[in-house]
Amino acid sequence: MARLTAGIASSHVPLLGVGIDQGKTEEDYFKPIYAGYDWTREWITQPDNKPDVVILVYNDHASAFDMNLIPTFAIGCADEFQPADEGWGPRPVPTVKNDADFAWHVAQSLILDEFDMTIINDMDVDHGLTVPLSLMFGQPAEWPAKIVPLAVNVVTYPVPSGNRCWMLGEAIARAVESYPEDLNVQVWGTGGMSHQIQGPRAGLINQEWDQRFLDDLTKDPQRLRKLPHIEYLRETGSEGIEMVMWLIMRGALGDNVRELHRHYHVPASNTAVGHVVLENC
Amino acid sequence: MADRVSEYLAAFDDIPGTRVYTTKRARQGYWLNQFCMSLMKAENRKRWLADERAYLQDWRMTDEQKDAVLARDYNRLLDLGGNIYFLAKLFSTDGLSFVQAVSTMTGMSEDEYKAMMMAGGRSPQGVRSIKEGN
Repeated sequence: MARLTAGIASSHVPLLGVGIDQGKTEEDYFKPIYAGYDWTREWITQPDNKPDVVILVYNDHASAFDMNLIPTFAIGCADEFQPADEGWGPRPVPTVKNDADFAWHVAQSLILDEFDMTIINDMDVDHGLTVPLSLMFGQPAEWPAKIVPLAVNVVTYPVPSGNRCWMLGEAIARAVESYPEDLNVQVWGTGGMSHQIQGPRAGLINQEWDQRFLDDLTKDPQRLRKLPHIEYLRETGSEGIEMVMWLIMRGALGDNVRELHRHYHVPASNTAVGHVVLENC
Repeated sequence: MADRVSEYLAAFDDIPGTRVYTTKRARQGYWLNQFCMSLMKAENRKRWLADERAYLQDWRMTDEQKDAVLARDYNRLLDLGGNIYFLAKLFSTDGLSFVQAVSTMTGMSEDEYKAMMMAGGRSPQGVRSIKEGN
C-alpha cells in the first residue's frame, strides 16, 4: 500500500530559481535563504525519507493557464511536463516526470470523493512547481522522485477556501491509502508566505502573522482551516493568499504532526520565505 | 437570502493600496491580459518591441488600456483589469525584475523599495483597513 509519510511546505519565489540556476547561492543576499534548506536536502536523501512520489501543490502564474481557463483544482496526469518559458526562457532544470498510474488513481479517487478535479495532460510547469524541487533536491540530472502536479487557482477570486483546501488534503490522503503499490508519498504545499506584488501597498510583510501560522500548523491547525480570505489579504498581502495551498498539505496529514524543521527569512525579492517539514506522529 | 458574493467582495475594497483580482476585473481586463500572455512567445516579443502601437492594433483593448500599456503605468493597468502575473510578461519583456516593476507602483524609488524590503518589508500597521484605519 502507498504511504503518506511527510508534508513539506515552502515558498516558491522565482528569484530563488534564478539564484540556483545562475550559481549565486553563496552570495550574501542568497546565502541565508538557501541555508535554511540544507537540513531538508540532507534529510530527504535518507532511505526512509526519500519519496517515490510527491504530490506537489502549487499555483500556475499565467504560464499554462491564461484567462481562458481558470480551473480551481487541476491535476496533471500525463507522463511528463516541461519547465515553462515564463518570458525569459525555460529554467535549465530536468523534465518533470509523473507517475501517471498513480496520478490517474488519485484523480479518480478525488472525483469519486466529490472533488470535481480538472484533469490536464498537456501542460508546462512554471516556477511555482520547479523552484520547490530545486530547493529540496538541488541540481540533479534527473529529479529523484516522480511528481504529480496539483495546480490551485489562487489568482482569480473567489479562490478556494482554506477549509476546502484542507478537505482536499484529507481526500488526497484517502486516495494515497487506497493505492495498492508500495510507495512512499509526500505532499508538498507551496507559495507564500506574506507578500504583495501589486499596488501602492506592495512590499507588505507580516512576520508575526507568518510565524503564528507556522506555529499553528502543529499547535492549532483547526484555527488555520477557518481563516477567511480577507484575513490573508489584509494581514499578509494580496499574494499571501497562496498559503491556503499549505492547508492542502496539512489536511493530508493526520491530527497530530511533528515539526521536523523550520526556516523563515525576509526578504527574497518581495517575499517572506517560509519552509517547514512535518511528519505524522 | 443574503447575497454571499456581494458581501465577500465588498470587504476587498476596504484594503488600502490593493486591487484584488476579482471576476469583475478579470472580465474588464480579459484582452489586456491575453495581450500580455502573447508576449510569452519570442516571435511576438520581437514584433512587439519593433512597433508597440502597431502590435496593439490586433488586440480588442480599450484606448485607456492601450495608453496605460504604452506608458507602463502599472497601477493604472491594475485599475483597468490587468493582473500582475500577466503584466509580468510585459515588464519581463522590458527586462525588469519583479522588484523593479513592483517598486514603480509604490511611489518609492527602486533603491528605497529595496531598502524597505531588506529592513523587513512594509509593516501591515495602518494599512489593513481603510475604514478601521489600522
